[in-house]
Amino acid sequence: MVRKMTEEKLSLDMNEILNASIEAKYEKLDQREFHRRIVESGLTKSTIEEISKIKKEPEWMLRLRLKSLELFEKIPTPNWLPDVLGSLNVSSLELYVKPDVDQTNSWDQIPKEIREYYDVLGIPESEKKYLGGLVAVFESEPIYSNVKEELTKKGVIMMPPEDALRKYPDFMKDYFMKIFPASDHKFAALHGALWSGGVFVYVPKGVKITTPVEGFFIIGREMEGQFEHTLIVADEGSYLHFIEGCSAPQLRKFSFHDGMVELYAKRNAKIKFTTIQNWSKNVINFNNKRAWADESANIEWVEGSLGSKYSFVYPTTILRGPNASSTSLVVTLASGEGEWKDSGSKMIHAAPNTKSKIVNKNIGFGGGVNIYRGLIKVNKGAKGAKAFVKCDSLMLDEKTKAYTFPHNQVLEDDADVAHEAHTFRMSEDQLFYLMNRGIGEKEATSMLVLGFIDEIMKELPFEYATMLNKVIKLELDKLGAVA
Amino acid sequence: MSTLKVENLHVEVEGKEVLKGVTFEVKSGEIHALMGPNGSGKTTLSLALMGHPKYKITRGSITLDGEDITNLETDEKVKRGLFLAFQNPIEISGVKLSTLLVAEHNRVSGSNKSVSEIVADVRNIAKAVGLNETLLNRGVFDGFSGGEKKRTEILQMLLMKPKFAILDEPDSGVDVDGLKIISEGIKKLRAENNTGYVIITHYRRILDYVNADKVHVLYRGTIIASGGMELAKLIDEKGYEGVIKSHG
Repeated sequence: MVRKMTEEKLSLDMNEILNASIEAKYEKLDQREFHRRIVESGLTKSTIEEISKIKKEPEWMLRLRLKSLELFEKIPTPNWLPDVLGSLNVSSLELYVKPDVDQTNSWDQIPKEIREYYDVLGIPESEKKYLGGLVAVFESEPIYSNVKEELTKKGVIMMPPEDALRKYPDFMKDYFMKIFPASDHKFAALHGALWSGGVFVYVPKGVKITTPVEGFFIIGREMEGQFEHTLIVADEGSYLHFIEGCSAPQLRKFSFHDGMVELYAKRNAKIKFTTIQNWSKNVINFNNKRAWADESANIEWVEGSLGSKYSFVYPTTILRGPNASSTSLVVTLASGEGEWKDSGSKMIHAAPNTKSKIVNKNIGFGGGVNIYRGLIKVNKGAKGAKAFVKCDSLMLDEKTKAYTFPHNQVLEDDADVAHEAHTFRMSEDQLFYLMNRGIGEKEATSMLVLGFIDEIMKELPFEYATMLNKVIKLELDKLGAVA
Repeated sequence: MSTLKVENLHVEVEGKEVLKGVTFEVKSGEIHALMGPNGSGKTTLSLALMGHPKYKITRGSITLDGEDITNLETDEKVKRGLFLAFQNPIEISGVKLSTLLVAEHNRVSGSNKSVSEIVADVRNIAKAVGLNETLLNRGVFDGFSGGEKKRTEILQMLLMKPKFAILDEPDSGVDVDGLKIISEGIKKLRAENNTGYVIITHYRRILDYVNADKVHVLYRGTIIASGGMELAKLIDEKGYEGVIKSHG
């Protein structure tokens, strides 16, 4: 049943917000002028108050939002924000207006090329509709409730953060945007002001969830949106593998995305967080991901950034307890003219005997740009820290570019920090060799590409690896791959 | 019975003509040797036959059993039964050797076999050519020694069972035991599959092992002499100088 919609409309001009931010990078826009432009876009104190009121939020959350708005205006625009962002026409933000509007859409409204894409991938009809944003709640209700029941039995809490704010206000107050404060950068602040939807997960002490929890199937429409907030707290000795997204191409209703993920792993807990982002190519994606790991805790990030036009993702772990460890495996794909994938993991060693490992793999072709910005920081007192960074780029043609900006700040003498960076261009001779073994050009190309990311594919659940495999092959096909 | 015919082949590399009209014919089961001083165009001939994009055929033709395959894509030539063992194959560290071998085996055996059968086949052949099994799990030629590369090339030839194999210096940098294994592989495939060969080499030894039928000497882009093993003997004793003097 379609819910009755309110006619009230809160609309923000995201183009204006983005353009003003880009112009503010330079001297042509001062603080006062920036403020004027932001107010004009619709983003004002009263808008924020309205949002908070509709959501029936506690007072402290309203204050967090208002403080974030203030910070958004104050914090300088990061210089890594490329000017080209302004050239993309992003959709306005429509907040809390027609929550069920998607359900009234029809299959025909999904662009033909995406429908064909689904067909080639062999995705079942029910999922296609879901992926296309047609059905807010996945049709396989039994799967949904079975898993949910299983989790509830073990005491796992999983709900939209809005609900958690009502049910567990004190708990939320302790964690929400504590590890990723709004003051961090301009778009983290924007997220703090406008966040909506997402998921809150709490795994009790010693509870180990052995099967991966797929947010895509379970969370339903809470995962949709532009400013969703994911908050996972894994209590002592617990384990959770959370998979965000889906490897099939997803049509996004909104073209500006500024989500946030916060992970808290307490003593001896382990969180594996897998993201496969394969949105349609009209999306700007900021994803603010940060984790903290207490004593002997472990955080594992696995990230596949395949879709979207511009993407900025830097999974970060703060190793704040002794013997804590973290791994970050990131694949980015920039597969066309003007596509820009900005990524890079950050590891902060803030306690003794902490370990980190970063593997970043960029694939570029058709004129795409891949950028790696990483950070290894070893704080004073973090004795015996070990960090390993590997960042590789594979370029399939001459038009494609890759840049690497690794950064190390090491304040302890006995730290063991190693960095490896390799750039590969797929050579004519490699291709010729494979063709000499009876392998066609396209097949040879995808063999080279898939071989390049093999160590990350191994970390994905089988179905995801298979789907990713197909998606990459299709991407290569679509662009005619290499000459 | 198949025939590989190369007629009046002219090949340009980066605008410079390297082959200036090469003609020869190989039949199934025959072993031809292609000799000649460094820079005479032997490797160019092997790469041009397989269709390397940098090696442009400007005149002449390649035919296989009457079909003109001069301008076919490399993988199409391979599918029709040609094979090249590279002199110094390029490292492809991202692709596992086992992945490549399974793909080759699949193509040839029409994937009628189960994965475990295929793996067993690949292992057996690897053993036969004396290739350490641990290499199968590495990237293709990733950190391989010269001898291991040669054995891997022969291993692939045995898997792919071509009608005609061009072997570019399969004997260079290989120890005596390796040379024996490689020669055995060549003979075995000839016996079982009636494969015809063009073996590029500087040394008589491998030709003695496999009992070559014909020897051609390539010099400055053309074949200046063709004959039997006596030509290889002459080169062995007097060097290329002697042959060039009497034929060039």
